[in-house]
Amino acid sequence: MLDKAISGSRTYWAWLGFLSLISAAGFIAYLFQFNYGLGLTGMSRDVTWGFYIAQFTFLVGVAASAVMLVIPYYLHDYKKFGKIVILGEFLAVSAVSMCILFIFVDLGQPMRVMNVVLHPTPNSVMFWDMIVLSGYLGLNIVIGWHTLHAEKKGVAPSAWLKPLIYLSIPWAVSIHTVTAFLYAGIPGRHLWLTAIMAARFLASAFAAGPALLILLSLIVRNVSKFDPGKEPLQTLGKIVTYAMTANVFFFLLEVFTAFYSGIPSHQHSLQYLFFGLEGHNALVPWMWSAAALAIISLTLLITPGLKKNEDILGIACITVFVSTWIDKGMGLVVGGFIPNPMERVTEYTPTFPEVLITLGIWAIGFLILSVLYKVAISVREELAGN
Amino acid sequence: MSMQRRDFLKLLGVSTLVGGTGGGALFNVLKPGAVEASSGAGFKSTSGKTWAMVVDTGKFTPDQYRKCIKACHREHNVPDFGNPKDEIKWIWTDDFEHSFPGAGHEFMDEELETLPFVLMCNHCEKPACVRVCPTQATFKRASDGIVVMDPHRCIGCRFCMAACPFGARSFNWRDPRKGGFPMVNGKPVIPNPEYPTRTKGVVEKCTFCPERLAVGKEPACVEATEGSGALVFGNLEDKRSEVRRILAHNYTIQRKPELGTNPRVFYVIGG
Repeated sequence: MLDKAISGSRTYWAWLGFLSLISAAGFIAYLFQFNYGLGLTGMSRDVTWGFYIAQFTFLVGVAASAVMLVIPYYLHDYKKFGKIVILGEFLAVSAVSMCILFIFVDLGQPMRVMNVVLHPTPNSVMFWDMIVLSGYLGLNIVIGWHTLHAEKKGVAPSAWLKPLIYLSIPWAVSIHTVTAFLYAGIPGRHLWLTAIMAARFLASAFAAGPALLILLSLIVRNVSKFDPGKEPLQTLGKIVTYAMTANVFFFLLEVFTAFYSGIPSHQHSLQYLFFGLEGHNALVPWMWSAAALAIISLTLLITPGLKKNEDILGIACITVFVSTWIDKGMGLVVGGFIPNPMERVTEYTPTFPEVLITLGIWAIGFLILSVLYKVAISVREELAGN
Repeated sequence: MSMQRRDFLKLLGVSTLVGGTGGGALFNVLKPGAVEASSGAGFKSTSGKTWAMVVDTGKFTPDQYRKCIKACHREHNVPDFGNPKDEIKWIWTDDFEHSFPGAGHEFMDEELETLPFVLMCNHCEKPACVRVCPTQATFKRASDGIVVMDPHRCIGCRFCMAACPFGARSFNWRDPRKGGFPMVNGKPVIPNPEYPTRTKGVVEKCTFCPERLAVGKEPACVEATEGSGALVFGNLEDKRSEVRRILAHNYTIQRKPELGTNPRVFYVIGG
């Protein structure tokens, strides 16, 4: 089946070439970082996680989008998702791969990464995050590849696959919950120390992931003969609508608790993000953009009939994606560090090499995604041709 | 609780018989020692030793702040890159508001408000940094409760830095030997050749000087303020120790006690 990945049109190869170029640039930037140290980034003693961990946190969410297809298809027998389940699973593979790379480039001593396995530490949430992420990656590779293979052969997938598919449902929830626990279990970081964190993670994930999936499906329809169909996208659009509404609602709950209680330490990070603190306001325009995009997306998604138009659905998905990317990435991760535990403000801006490395990893992710989608689409085209 | 409920009730009954009133007996049973015996169950060292520090800010002279910070940073080859972004510090000072966020108010004693407080790793009884470390590179020493680092095991994930509510941890954003020390003839001058320098990409912090404790010396910062009583180091499990005496007879506070980490660095207020 892998042969499908190496026979493609000129556009396909040009696209892969383009992505390879960006990832090569990112790789070169990484060599500089590897040599000099993480001082090459904008991070400091006060803001110790930045752009990399922001992408990681966001992408864990994207990875879980597969479950929004798996649940309706396998648990509720919603047949119309049959065609695009594979797209969700392969998106998960690509997203988790990016997550692992973002963690790797964020390590001060990447050559010692296996210490996490050599000295397993169950009281560390990071240890569990490693387990659930690698498990989820494995599950989606096996499930995605095997179902596609069976489809190609025109036979039903093996019986042993079913338990794995069912397992992947709670597993998808677990990657989110555990990643949220990285933040929600830390004393003294008020933006993070909230019981609703895992729920917020799930809501934003089930908005951002399926939104990206809709966009990818629209692209796939344009560049290939494989059509995911109109109705599945509309159903996905409904999922995005509910999830984004919950996401915004959960955020407003945080705002209420922080400001109605009047406890200053619970307000500081939110104040910094939306109004600036002690004259520091680097993230203010970003956060208001995220808020504006969230409002636009909800308007487009909720207004009856609007999202039936696929162009509008596409725009809504872009706004959901960008809004959650800002909010869950930079807003949540960097915002948690500002002000610092001594209530002093140190700001953070990613540096050029840091952005380049980030783009490089996104390019690798899209490279993996393109190759996997190419295989899936070719199989589908072949079946349609027969 | 070290005391069984049954024993407690028995004791209460006996005291009631002897002393006449239950209230009085309760008061007697819960004498200072008894409370500690029951509430300090979180950590018990294997050797009857739990190191702690008492900071008596009123006893510091302006010169001593500088001296104790310098002594620590020289002793442990803490680099100085000359910029806040790469900054590494094991011990430093800050004002009351930023040392004890939320504990002050606008009408507080001006002297206290502007006084610098010496800050360092709190060697917490329940350290959040140790809880989150995925490799046990930072751990609590069973023998004396100090929180130490194995820089050779640290993968540089900085989870501990996010977790520490006291900002006690620093990261080597770059190689300390390249720019962290004065250079002579193209080579860095390492202040203390007896102590290792760190590599880039690992976390470090105050360790309460286990290398000095091992040879019967006090931590470097304490030695630097010797005779003044500004920094007192000692065994929290020894009732007759100087730290216990100060804690028993002065008003002392910990940083962010509400977080439940139970810092082992105490501050004398208005001594």
